[in-house]
This record gives sequence, structure tokens and C-alpha cells, in this order.
Amino acid sequence: MAAHAQDKYYLPHGTSWPILGSIALFTLLGGASVWLNGGSVGQWPLLAGLLLLFYMMFRWFGQVIGESEAGQYNLQVDRSFRMGMGWFIFSEVMFFAVFFGALFYARQLSLPWLGGQGTDIWTNLMLWPGFENEWPSNGPGNIGGDFRSMGAWGIPALNTAILLSSGVTLTIAHHGLKANHRGQVTLWLAATFLLGFLFIGLQAYEYAHAFNELNLTFGSGIYGTTFFMLTGFHGLHVTIGAIMLTVIWLRVLRGHFTPDRHFAFEGVAWYWHFVDVVWLGLFIFVYWL
Amino acid sequence: MSATTHAHTHDHDHGPPKGLMRWVTTTNHKDIGTLYLIFALVMLFVGGGMALVVRAELFQPGIQFVNPDFFNQMTTIHALVMVFGMIMPAFAGFANWMIPMMIGAPDMALPRLNNWSFWLLPFAATMLIGTIFMPGGGPAAGWTLYPPLSLQAGDSFPFSIFAIHLLGISSIMASINIIVTILNMRAPGMTLMKMPLFVWTWLITAYLLIGAMPVLAGGVTMLLTDQFFGTSFFQAAGGGDPVLYQHIFWFFGHPEVYIIILPAFGIISQIIPTFSRKPLFGYDSMVYATAAIGFLSYIVWAHHMFTVGMPLAGELFFMLSTMLISVPTGVKIFNWLSTMWRGSLTFETPMLFAVGFLFMFSIGGFTGLMMALAPVDFQYHDTYFIVAHFHYVLVPGALFAALGGAYYWLPKWTGHMYDETLGKWHFWLSTIFVNLLFFPQHFLGLAGMPRRIPDYATQFADWNMWSSIGGFGFGLSQLLFVWVVIKCARGGARATARVWDQPNGLEWTVPSPAPYHTFEQAPDVK
Repeated sequence: MAAHAQDKYYLPHGTSWPILGSIALFTLLGGASVWLNGGSVGQWPLLAGLLLLFYMMFRWFGQVIGESEAGQYNLQVDRSFRMGMGWFIFSEVMFFAVFFGALFYARQLSLPWLGGQGTDIWTNLMLWPGFENEWPSNGPGNIGGDFRSMGAWGIPALNTAILLSSGVTLTIAHHGLKANHRGQVTLWLAATFLLGFLFIGLQAYEYAHAFNELNLTFGSGIYGTTFFMLTGFHGLHVTIGAIMLTVIWLRVLRGHFTPDRHFAFEGVAWYWHFVDVVWLGLFIFVYWL
Repeated sequence: MSATTHAHTHDHDHGPPKGLMRWVTTTNHKDIGTLYLIFALVMLFVGGGMALVVRAELFQPGIQFVNPDFFNQMTTIHALVMVFGMIMPAFAGFANWMIPMMIGAPDMALPRLNNWSFWLLPFAATMLIGTIFMPGGGPAAGWTLYPPLSLQAGDSFPFSIFAIHLLGISSIMASINIIVTILNMRAPGMTLMKMPLFVWTWLITAYLLIGAMPVLAGGVTMLLTDQFFGTSFFQAAGGGDPVLYQHIFWFFGHPEVYIIILPAFGIISQIIPTFSRKPLFGYDSMVYATAAIGFLSYIVWAHHMFTVGMPLAGELFFMLSTMLISVPTGVKIFNWLSTMWRGSLTFETPMLFAVGFLFMFSIGGFTGLMMALAPVDFQYHDTYFIVAHFHYVLVPGALFAALGGAYYWLPKWTGHMYDETLGKWHFWLSTIFVNLLFFPQHFLGLAGMPRRIPDYATQFADWNMWSSIGGFGFGLSQLLFVWVVIKCARGGARATARVWDQPNGLEWTVPSPAPYHTFEQAPDVK
């Protein structure tokens, strides 16, 4: 029987989680829209949708973990999960690429054009006389007022070190898992998500510093725009990644995963390394250069 | 062992559960395929109804039926519904139904995710179409949502942005599922270069979707933050640039064009060999041409923006790369023609739609080549010529392929033959009216009639009248299709497993209608 289950691709029969997820997202986004439009009741459906979404994810993942632990997934199912995670990360790469693209476009094209470079001299002379291209910039309209930019070698450099070491600790944990040293996994995985949460804490501190002391906000022209959108979406992904690492850690504590079957662990690890690489891009292009 | 195996197998062979919840909770690729197809058919009439509002208003010069703002909402939402709600779900329905059967897989690789991919769509469509009833009306800046115009919308703005996000999430999940299914679920012996071309085109399409949809999501997110959080992505005063949005949109938008047409190519590549009674000519070159189109689609986007004021080097690059696409597309057209060459041809309804596709898609392709020429495009840009061009590619192109595919596989889906006479009527009425609808728009555009306007100079009156007559004729002809489908689902001559004279592919080795579960034991592929 066990052998039979192994050679058959597991196909679930019926599921209620997706429709619940759709209702949750519909409620969440509808509420968010009302709220953005200035309605007074929008935050309640937003909150309800969010809670329902968390509930749905908790139950859906719970069911999949249960099936996995019951040995219902053969190697082919495992491969489907791996491929799925890989392509999901590719979609995330493209999502970040568009925000990096906006940053490069502003620095290499729109700001020089506004400053009168090349054939666009008239844009400068007629619309924005006296504007000179420089970086950081909040544009010829000095949108948001004078601000100071975020230096690279304080907290951001520390955060780089933190994220890079978290990649190392995660790899040590993975080696431990493959060698079946459960203690090593528990310890180094905990170190990894603690480093992740430390990173998020430092980012929050840095944001407060930007808002209160540098007058650097979303509204600080294209510099503030690209700075907060890129670091903000990255911070969101670190948060999700750290939560995922925590879940994996709890599963390790419960004795899940074997030395050769631990897709969830590896999927989270891929995601974490992806978030790591995005940070390197951020550190170089947003903070440093 | 044998007893338990028997019980186990029995448990798995049960039919579908009864009632409405079957469709809400299903994880079966055939059920989900059916849901996609029915949803697409409904949206065809929703989006088509909006198009008829547009054509009714344009029947005569002057303002007759709707105010200009509502007219603009109709052009905008018509396009969004047709692109995201009709043609993409239609091809996703074909993918769901056919890909597992074509590669000998028991189902899609990730069945629960598959359910969610579909069930996001009705919610997204509700959110999008619901904007019409909000204060200030729905989005009216055109489906491209260019800022700053799109930012001047009323309460509908965040709803339409979030609806696009939901549609994007649905597409990405469906695409991940399709890629994983194709790469991981093929029966032993079904090598990549033995896959039916429909499977190949969907593999490339899904790759394009995963690459392009997140870019659109990012772009519309920027619109949202510019509107509500004071960011400056598209504001020159803050150092941004409205043209940046156009680059982002078309970096998504041009792959999107091929996302729509590649599955159509795939369906045509299944139909033509069957009714020519010959294998597809140049299978390998078809695969490589599909891949080449997929690659090129990422480096041509700014040909949508020739008049926006790009550097000369940009105009040249995007003009030449765009013209390059006609090479792999030409390879495909000639391969289809060569497949038909000296075949023993018959012209059942699917073949009629396929041949109609060849003719009329080529017209759309040629006008596309005209507009690829940057200096010439300066005259065509934003006229009815472009409207004629992309409707030729989308309606007698993509939609005809979908209709042809529906006729081709309906017997496999329902177990009954459709009514051939009605099918032929449907084809000829559609073909006559679609040309009456869109061909005069070439003349209007060349004569200088701009797109997206509710009123026009009297010199354009005659061709607009004919175009509107064609529009209503085409719309009404599609009711015939609904009748054919209902009739076929309810009864008719029993279809054999093979259905056609000499069809090729694993889907024709299972009974008609295809059982609820197929290929639970992987077939042998020679």
C-alpha cells in the first residue's frame, strides 16, 4: 500500500481554501479601496479580509503539511513544488526589476533630460530653467522640500552584514539537516530568523530617522519615492521570509523533515537567498552609488 | 495488496460530486477548464455589449446615446474585460482541458492552486465592472491607464487598480501551474520535442506571463502610490516622468500581445494537420519560431511609443527589432500553408475557422508591419488604423482560433457532435461581419479619424455606419455559437473516441466524452 501511494501522483479531491482566499482578497482590497478614497469604514473590511486571508493560509498550509507528513507526496509531487517555488521567485524577480528599472530610468534618463541634457534642452529652458541634474534629487519642483539622503555606511552597511550572515547561518542549518544533526538545525535556523527580525527592526529605526531627522519621506520627489518603494517592498519580503523561517523552525522542533526530503525548508531557503540578493542590489544602487 | 489496491482505485475513480459546490471546490482540470471557458463566454458578451455601446454611438456623427465620459468608460472597460476576462481565460480553459490529456498526465501539477487561479477571476471581474456604478464612473483613460489622465478618475481608481492586481495574481498562478505541469507531468516517452504544438505554445506563453505580469503589477502599484501616497514616479516636478509609465506598461503590454496570440497559434497548429490529413509541416521550426517570438516580444515594447518623443537611437532599435518578429511569424504562416499543400483537405467548421484565421491574422500582421516603421507610424498613431490592426489580430485572429478550437474539441468534451450546418453558418456570418466591422476602420484611420472619440467629422460618417452594422451583425452571430454549444452539450450524434478522420495526439485515444479522470496510468508514448 505504501509503495502504491508512492508511485501515484497525489491528487486532492475538492478544496475550500481557494474560494475562501478569493473572498478574503476581495474583501481586503475592496476595504482598502474605500479607505484610500477617504471612506470612514474601509479599514474594517480591510482588517476582516486580512484575518480571513491569514486563516486561509494557515489552514491550507496546515493541510499540505499534514499530507506531506503522512507520506502522500512522492518524488514527482516534490519536484512540482520545487519548480513551482522556482517560478514564483522568478515572478518576484520581475516585480523588483520594475522598481529598479524606475530608479535607473530616473537617474539615467528623466533627471538628465529635465536638466537639459542632449536634445531636450528646451524642456529645461522652457519648463524648469535653472534646474541641474544631480543625485539625490527631489526633482525641479523641489517636491517635499529640502531633505538629506540616507548614507550607506551606517545602519545599511550593518544590515548588509546581518543579511549576509543570515545566509551563512541558514546554510549551516541546511547542512545540519542533511547530516541529520537536529540540534545544529534548531540552533542555526533560530539564529537565521533572529537576524532577519533584527534587520527589520533596524530598518524601522532607519525609517524613523529618515522621517524625523532627514525630512525624507515618500513625498521627497523621485529619491524618496524610489528609496521607500524599493526598501519598503524589500522589507515586506524580509518580514514574510522571516515568518516563513520561523514556521520552518517550529516544524523542525516538531520533528518534521528528513535528511533527503525537506522541500519546505529548501523553498524557504531559496526565498531567503533571493531576498538577500535583492538587498545587495539595493545596497549598491539605492544607498551606495 | 490487490484487495487494497482495488479499494484504493475504486475510491479514486468516483465521478464528480453533485451540486453547486462541485464547481466551487473542484480540483479537477476538466471542471476548471469548463469553468474558465464558460466564464470567458460570458465575458465575451459583457465586453461585446460594451463594444456595441461604442459602435451604436459611432453609428452617426454627433452625440446620440451616451455622454462622452461614459463612452470613454466603455472603450476602457471593454478592452480590459476582453483582454483579461475573455481571451486569456478562454485560452487558460483550453490549457486546463487539453494539456494534461495531450501529455498523458492525470491532472494539472498543482490542482488546488488551479482552483484558485480560476476563482479569483469572477471576483476580479466583479470589482472591475462594478466601478461603472461608482461616483465618477469607471476608469475612462483607456485600457493602458496612462498617467496623468488615469489619475483623474473618481472613486473607481483604487478598485480598478486592485482588480488588475487580482487578475495578475490569477494569471501568474495559472502560468506557474502550466509550466510545472508541462515540465514535470509528461508521460514516459513524451519528450519535449514530441509535445503537441499547443503544449509548446502554452509553455512559452506561461513563461511570458510570469515575466510580464509582475511588471504590470509594479506599474499600476506606482500609479496607486502616486495617487495616494505622494510618490513622484510619473511626475516631472519630482524628477519622475509620465513616459516611464508607458515604458513599464508596454514592457508588459507587448509580451501580452504574444501571450494572447501564441495559444491561438497552438490551436491552429492542432487543427490544420487534422483536416489536411498530414503531419504538421516543419514541427521543429515551429517550436523554434515560437521561442524566438517569445524572446523578441521582450525587446520591442517601445514601438507603441514612437510618437512620445524618444531618442532617435531608440526609434531605430525598436523599429528594427519589431520588424524582425515578422520572420518567425512568417515561418509559422508558411508552415501552415505547407501543411495544407497537397493535403486531402476537408472544411469542417474548425478548419474553416483555422483558414479564416490564416487569412485575417495575416492582414493584421501586415498592418502591424506597416506600423512598425517609425516614420510611417507618426501618421497612423492613435488613429482608427491601429484600432483596425489590433482588432484584426485579436478577433479574426485570437478569437477565431478559440472558436475553432472549441468546435474542434467540443465532441471530446461533450461526447456529442456539434451541429455542422449551424457551425458553418456561424463561421460565415462571423467572417462577413467581422470584415465589415473592422476593414473600413483601416480607411477611417488612414483618413485621419482618431481613436477613442465619441464624435467625429461628417466625412467619416459612411464607413462608421458600415462598421457599426458589422459590429451588431458580428455580435448577434455569436448568439448562434451559444446555441450550438448548448445544443451540443445536451445531445446530438455520439462522437467516437477519435472524432475526426485522422487526428493526432493522446486526447483522441480516450473516450468521448473524456472520463472525469484520464491517464491515471501514464500511457506509453512511442
